Amino acid sequence: MKLDKFCLVGAIAALLALIFPLAGMDADTGKQVAFVGDIPGLAIAMALCVIAGAAFTWLGVRSIYSGIVILAVGVFGCWQAIVTLYDYGVAGYAGTGFWLFIISLWAFVWRGIDVVANYRSLEKAKQQVANIIVPVAFGMWLLFAWEVLVAGFGVPQVLLPPPSMIGVRFVTSTDMMAADFYQTFVKAVLSGYVMGCGSAFIVAIAVDRVPFLKRGLLPLGNMVSALPIIGVAPIMVMWFGFDWQSKAAVIVIMTFFPMLVNTVTGLNAAGKLEKDLMATYASGYWSTLFRLRLPAAMPFVFNALKINSTLALIGAIVAEFFGTPIVGMGFRISTEVGRMNIDMVWAEIALAALAGTAFYGAVAYIERKATSWHPSFRVRRH
Amino acid sequence: MTLKEVVNNVAEMPASKNAVVDIKNLSLTFQTADGPVYALSEVDLTIDEGDFVSFIGPSGCGKTTLLRVIADLEKATGGDISINGVSPEQARENRAYGYVFQAPALLPWRSIERNVTLPLEIMELSKEERIKRAHDALKLVELNGFEKKFPWQLSGGMQQRASIARALSFDADLLLMDEPFGALDEIVRDHLNEQLLKLWARTNKTVAFVTHSIPEAVYLSSKIVVMSPRPGRIIDVIETDFPKDRTLDIRETPEFLEIAHRVREGLRAGHSNDE
Ligand SMILES: Nc1ncnc2c1ncn2[C@@H]1O[C@H](COP(=O)(O)OP(=O)(O)OP(=O)(O)O)[C@@H](O)[C@H]1O
Ligand SMILES: [Mg+2]
Repeated sequence: MKLDKFCLVGAIAALLALIFPLAGMDADTGKQVAFVGDIPGLAIAMALCVIAGAAFTWLGVRSIYSGIVILAVGVFGCWQAIVTLYDYGVAGYAGTGFWLFIISLWAFVWRGIDVVANYRSLEKAKQQVANIIVPVAFGMWLLFAWEVLVAGFGVPQVLLPPPSMIGVRFVTSTDMMAADFYQTFVKAVLSGYVMGCGSAFIVAIAVDRVPFLKRGLLPLGNMVSALPIIGVAPIMVMWFGFDWQSKAAVIVIMTFFPMLVNTVTGLNAAGKLEKDLMATYASGYWSTLFRLRLPAAMPFVFNALKINSTLALIGAIVAEFFGTPIVGMGFRISTEVGRMNIDMVWAEIALAALAGTAFYGAVAYIERKATSWHPSFRVRRH
Repeated sequence: MTLKEVVNNVAEMPASKNAVVDIKNLSLTFQTADGPVYALSEVDLTIDEGDFVSFIGPSGCGKTTLLRVIADLEKATGGDISINGVSPEQARENRAYGYVFQAPALLPWRSIERNVTLPLEIMELSKEERIKRAHDALKLVELNGFEKKFPWQLSGGMQQRASIARALSFDADLLLMDEPFGALDEIVRDHLNEQLLKLWARTNKTVAFVTHSIPEAVYLSSKIVVMSPRPGRIIDVIETDFPKDRTLDIRETPEFLEIAHRVREGLRAGHSNDE
């Protein structure tokens, strides 16, 4: 019989966690900070890990239900670990027993996610729930690990604040963050993105129509894209002022070339056979462009749109370091670093990550709808 | 019916019908990096209205090139060619060609119906007219009911039928087919051949058809053009007199075998004087 390795590791680590000291010594009193026996919730969680781990090691993880039970045990354990850290003063004093428990939890969560990730159902709703659980559980685990490591080892907040602190800062300064988001994302990023990608698209068609532009403009565009934004941003601020216009200009410079090159490549992606077909219908330049070449170019165009969605946000934030009205995500990051408000910096970073992910996701979603005919999306249909 | 009546050489035929394609002393040389390639040389051919002409010959003998010259996808380097009395370019502008390629060449982002209406859109027909014609054309190739499907949801044979429907939809004067069934298995091929014959009998279209298969050529055609390579030229033109409503059974008849034999002899002769 094959033993379930992860459950085995989980059970053994939890068992050892009960034996080894939970926390280190307090420097002043010379006594251990906390004992498992004093924390009933933690003791129950550890015992559950031992029992569930042993049971599943023996029985094997057979169905999605075992996976959910394992995940549930893991989630309960994580909760108790946090309680232990903050309510029983283990933060900064975590000992061998505590870390062994975390290792045990890691094994459980890993195994649980693994089971859910391999879940296959013909029922669409169930499959979708499983597809959502996997990244959410994984993300939650990473946040938990971050929290526990920072709190357990007592890492100074200036170096790395725990996610809970960042989260609190995030929700308590929503007004300021909303203003920053509006300034940086809605004003600068969206307008710069639309202008950069739109103009590159139009130029790509011009390049396609007028061959000499291809030889003249493409190398030039290449050079522009190689300009370092650190160097360009201050100049754009001088040209277009402190407000969002200068950031949009930086974004236009950054996004123009990827879009141009991809669109030009995409316009040549239509097959020779299809072009001949259009020729036999005596289809003109614009007719062929709209009916054949642009649809065939769409996968390339969307590729550039996705690349640019992340480039645009980076460009806007970096450009704000070089002068801005007293609002904006980049402005906030640079000033709060100076004031040692590192949690605020991290909250802005989190906001940028969320905005960037949502932006990318939106573009990817539109891509999926617009090019559902493309083989890379087709094969996913069962 | 004697063999003499069934098989006639083109030279003995009176040129009474309307010529759709008239080719005189046509040649085409590709200039390539390693010297000229003589793809076609001294080609003389007439295709009359309502003819079903098959082109047969070894690989590389210029069948595709000849079809492409007719369709104005390639320019001849010598000789004369006229389609319906005008130049191929003019004929292309007049939408004289329904070209079926070796691969279906359906646009993957369009449904079958929208693929069939593609040429009609380019010709700026009204929407009702487009839908109606697509419907009729799909019915001719027995694909009604598949209008809303996408190309990848159809089998290879169905895709090729859809591409034939697309070529039929705008009522071109001349149907050009380049090994349309080359990639299909024998049974499907027989079936599609039968359908194609019925279609031809019903619509009285002029068809130029490239194939590698002798039985296919003999079964389908009213005229078989045998070609040989390097340089590509016509070595024999055989006319057949099978009725338009022929069935697959004629493949057992002595006439059929006789013509097939003559085609094979032609191919063999072309091959030996090449080496
Ligand atoms: N664009 C081109 N440039 C150079 N040579 C070409 C080109 N197209 C065709 N050829 C040459 O012309 C000759 C005839 O080609 P063609 O495609 O017409 O042959 P085919 O009879 O259709 O052959 P197959 O039965 O294999 O399709 C070949 O030798 C080929 O290499
Ligand atoms: Mg060919």
